[in-house]
Amino acid sequence: MDMLEQRGRRLMVHLPSEVDHHHTEAIRLKVDALVEREPIDEVEFDFSQTEFMDSAGIGMLLGRYKIMRALNGKVIVSHMNGQIRRILSMSGIRKFIEFS
Amino acid sequence: MKNEMTLAFDSRSENEGFARVAVAAFVSQLNPTMEEVADIRTAVSEAVTNAIIHGYPDGIHTVVVRAALGDGLLELWVTDEGVGIEDVKQAMEPLYTSRPELERSGMGFMFMEAFMDQVEVQSELGTGTTVHMVKRIGQGFERQED
Repeated sequence: MDMLEQRGRRLMVHLPSEVDHHHTEAIRLKVDALVEREPIDEVEFDFSQTEFMDSAGIGMLLGRYKIMRALNGKVIVSHMNGQIRRILSMSGIRKFIEFS
Repeated sequence: MKNEMTLAFDSRSENEGFARVAVAAFVSQLNPTMEEVADIRTAVSEAVTNAIIHGYPDGIHTVVVRAALGDGLLELWVTDEGVGIEDVKQAMEPLYTSRPELERSGMGFMFMEAFMDQVEVQSELGTGTTVHMVKRIGQGFERQED
């Protein structure tokens, strides 16, 4: 499956198995390029294939939140496992990002 | 019984995953819970990523991860011989980052402290940094003394 899947004005981002500093750079470049050229209102980060995330993933999500907020759009996260839910909750990111 | 291991690897981001997996495999002999393994992997990832990004901002050098198991306890040392941290207290503050342009969240030390029982940082400018972490594992299997 491709990482990016556009559904109308929603962009689905199917994240890799590990969302760490090594992988976040490529994710953000791809997402930002698409958001820049397509009319996207919502970016959903789908964690169904992801088994690990650390603070680099939080930084990546916050960065996309800032971009989507500037476009009056939003960021959604979905299908997280327990480890990722814990990291997300501790980060306080829930104030900005919708849990699906 | 005390059991130790040392890993030395290039400060390439590809090795962040390697360090997590290697430490998790080493710790498995203490029969940790899945949650404990997740905690350790996160803490290792944060410390190793810091060494790679902040310790060695220029070029590829060596990161050393040492682990010791004994008495139901994991001790970890993540060491770089890089630039060092000028103000350790500030570096450990939640949300502080010296590299906002890299979209660092400033939560690395916060996660290390949340997931490990003890975190200490020794650093000297121009000499490098060691993050020392301790975590009690499981119900204390392998507690026999030698």
